[in-house]
Amino acid sequence: MSNIVVVAEVRGGQLKRTTLEAVTAGLQLAQKSGGKVIAIACGSGLDGACAELAGSGVHRVVAVDGPAFAHYSGDGYARAVAEHAKAAGAGAVLMAHTAMGKDLLPRVSALLEGSIATDAIAVACDGGTFGATRPVFAGKAAMTVRAKQAPFCVTLRPNNFAVAGGGGSAEVTKAAPPAGDLLSVVKEIVASATGRTPLQEAKVVVAGGRGLREAEQFKLIEDLAAAFGPGVAAVGASRAVVDAGWRPHREQVGQTGKVVSPPLYIAVGISGAIQHLAGMRTARTIVAINKDADAPIFKVADYGIVGDAFEVVPALTKAIAEVVKHK
Amino acid sequence: MDIVVCIKRVPATDTAIKIAADGKSIDPAGVTFELNAYDEFALEQALRLKEQLGQGSVTVVTIGSKDAQKELRDALARGADKAVLLTTDQWVFDGASTAAALAAWIRTVPCQLVLCGRQAVDADNNQLPANLAARLGFACVTEVAKLTLEGGAFTAERDIEGAREVLTCRTPAVISCQKGLNEPRYANLKGIMAAKKKPLEEAAAQLPTPALEVVSLALPPQRAAGRILGNGAEAVPALIAALRDEAKVL
Repeated sequence: MSNIVVVAEVRGGQLKRTTLEAVTAGLQLAQKSGGKVIAIACGSGLDGACAELAGSGVHRVVAVDGPAFAHYSGDGYARAVAEHAKAAGAGAVLMAHTAMGKDLLPRVSALLEGSIATDAIAVACDGGTFGATRPVFAGKAAMTVRAKQAPFCVTLRPNNFAVAGGGGSAEVTKAAPPAGDLLSVVKEIVASATGRTPLQEAKVVVAGGRGLREAEQFKLIEDLAAAFGPGVAAVGASRAVVDAGWRPHREQVGQTGKVVSPPLYIAVGISGAIQHLAGMRTARTIVAINKDADAPIFKVADYGIVGDAFEVVPALTKAIAEVVKHK
Repeated sequence: MDIVVCIKRVPATDTAIKIAADGKSIDPAGVTFELNAYDEFALEQALRLKEQLGQGSVTVVTIGSKDAQKELRDALARGADKAVLLTTDQWVFDGASTAAALAAWIRTVPCQLVLCGRQAVDADNNQLPANLAARLGFACVTEVAKLTLEGGAFTAERDIEGAREVLTCRTPAVISCQKGLNEPRYANLKGIMAAKKKPLEEAAAQLPTPALEVVSLALPPQRAAGRILGNGAEAVPALIAALRDEAKVL
């Protein structure tokens, strides 16, 4: 009868979509454990986000709401989440594997003296024991683990669970942030100038590699991404082009960059080195465009076009724009 | 400032992984190992902070087998003052155990700052720094891409989804380092010679009972063979049709 806690992420008053994916995983586990799903949100001015959470299918919402939490503080939020997760009788604590989730949940796990599995792609509850499956060695292998210490804290890879179907109107309980000094706190959030779609949350990732020959040619990749419409696609890059200084590291997909799992991944001029495959092989559909018919990327791609990026990509951009226009 | 840098010996990123007969670990035969790439940024930042302050110490620590002496010597050659090997013959995959063992050791040494790579590229946990900080009661910022120290407090910048966070962070602190934080130096001959005389201590790692149990380690499911739709721009209509009607992603 273990309860499941889902830690919500609220940015600028908005509930993150990845939180609703975590609710889905939480409801799955609760069905097996026989417990309830309690969502915990931290921040300031949480009414809108909590109303959305209350209708997401969870059984209860705890809002730790106050001016002290206006900005993210890893240690402050962790103390609040740990306190309320304990009070909720959590057997498992779930959160999305986002910048905040990666930073927050390990602290919660330490404070609760529990176990932790990060970046999970599946969760389970078998005979009252929680478990998870997660990629290791950058996706070259998958490890399935079982918790031996409660609570079991899990961060979930974005885009691996459907967004919760919604329903119900859970009770929202308010609590004040715990007293005490904050050791680290966000003092400023600088939005990226372009307001681009975050790579790990994008529905479509269009990634370019050395086959584009020079930095300026990434315009082709940007145009293709833009053709999917606003907020849909993000631009990614191979390690080779990041190391060459063509693109910033935040766009790197692969073992020493980001691991992405979008519904659609389009690799342009990327040969498919083992480090790169590690970062995108869990994408649902993979398209590869490469001049070299023997490139390893074609081994993982669902659909391939052998050809020159400078010829194929503009044609694809035009065709995608047509499809999007008529949707 | 006394700085501890946590490092790890990991399989090289271009190594193919084979599963051992027990179905729960990797077969180390034929695997080449190297210093975890992110830890190089942590070590470099420690050396720069010591240079900036003109005082203090840099100690590198790892949990691992005796083989990890190689990576520790490399860190000494790059400029660390002292190395500590917390020995175990097991592959520690469980982040909570690693954090507990490191916390137990760090409490016994002077330390105002712990620097780590953002994650070790074997277990890919990306959870040790924050977990360790919570155990030690230290401040913490993870995945830091820019770090400045002024008046005894850090200002750290890190990339979040679609934006950059600027944080203030007190000491003592645990900071985890992202690629791009700095350009790591390599050991030169003088450093390599000097490293031979620097202390490398060993002690048994105080690992608790793991909080997780491995059920299985398996190769990822192979993707079904895809197909080449054609050559050049002429294949674009076939691709659009496949994405719309078959994959249903458009």
